[in-house]
Amino acid sequence: MSKEWPLWEVFIRGQHGLNHRHVGSLHAPDAEMALKNARDVYTRRKEGVSIWVVPSAQISASDPGDKDSLFEPSVDKVYRHPSFFKIPDEVGKM
Amino acid sequence: MQNDPIARDYLFEWLLRRGDSALIMGHRMSEWCGHAPVLEEDIALANIALDLIGQARLWLSYAGAVEGRGRGEDDLAFLRDAWDFRNLLLAEQPNGDFGKTLMRHFLYDAHQVLLLEKLLSSRDERICEISEKTLKEVRYHAERSADLVVRLGDGTQESHQRMQAALESLWPYTSEFFETDETDRAMAEAGLAVLPETLKEDWSEMVGSVLDAATLIVPKTGFARTGGTTGRHSEHLGHLLADMQFLQRAYPGAAW
Repeated sequence: MSKEWPLWEVFIRGQHGLNHRHVGSLHAPDAEMALKNARDVYTRRKEGVSIWVVPSAQISASDPGDKDSLFEPSVDKVYRHPSFFKIPDEVGKM
Repeated sequence: MQNDPIARDYLFEWLLRRGDSALIMGHRMSEWCGHAPVLEEDIALANIALDLIGQARLWLSYAGAVEGRGRGEDDLAFLRDAWDFRNLLLAEQPNGDFGKTLMRHFLYDAHQVLLLEKLLSSRDERICEISEKTLKEVRYHAERSADLVVRLGDGTQESHQRMQAALESLWPYTSEFFETDETDRAMAEAGLAVLPETLKEDWSEMVGSVLDAATLIVPKTGFARTGGTTGRHSEHLGHLLADMQFLQRAYPGAAW
């Protein structure tokens, strides 16, 4: 068994109203320490107002080898973009 | 208090005690930079070192202003010799292993939280401001160091032994937190600070509950090492200052 602490993915909310964004990863023995380490490693310059940590092992990822079949088909379907509508100013940031 | 020369001396002395302990704790912590057991801890220790040095700047620049002889924070930090320093002996003790550094920090943090909470109601506006600002940092330090003391105390057999050894070697230095002299009495009478001895009960309770959780045994010794706050230091401080002050001593006024 590896003696290294498990890896955690760190997500930080930059300010209220924004989504948590993936900022990086770190090692920690459990969630509580992962949060403390994330605070020290990733929010030293006031980057955030909230932190999530997720065990990296819990993330299921798509296979880079499948990218042609997964993503290629959407390349020529411009009509899926809502760019043919004029967005009223009042709607704000989307 | 600042217009009365005797009272001003007391305030200056008291501010040096705050600033010097933070400075020396911070310098000791900074010695870990690049040497901590894991990267995450390395960054955390460097952050804490910077917090402490920031706190030292606040206290020492106020001390310089109170003294009124034109000395700023840098003059006080870099151009005084060991006998003029007023830090706790605990602060200057060598880092030892990671467990010892952590234990030293934990014992200091618990005291800082209690002291700063009381200083929020000081009659000196600047003391209140500095306490309010630094308390936020110190609360995090205290939570973090207590958490790690429990994890390592109640960890493996080796980590437990190291933490118990650290506790035993540092415990005699904690009496100095509560030593009360004429400076403390003058500060308390003027409503500027609290008598150090009044914090002892809360500190013992706070530290005791963490050490219990960490399965560590509080040493029974009544032996107390004191003297730092009146300028009588262990041999370690001179070596620390030789390192910390080298640049300003060798190249006076150097800046970037």
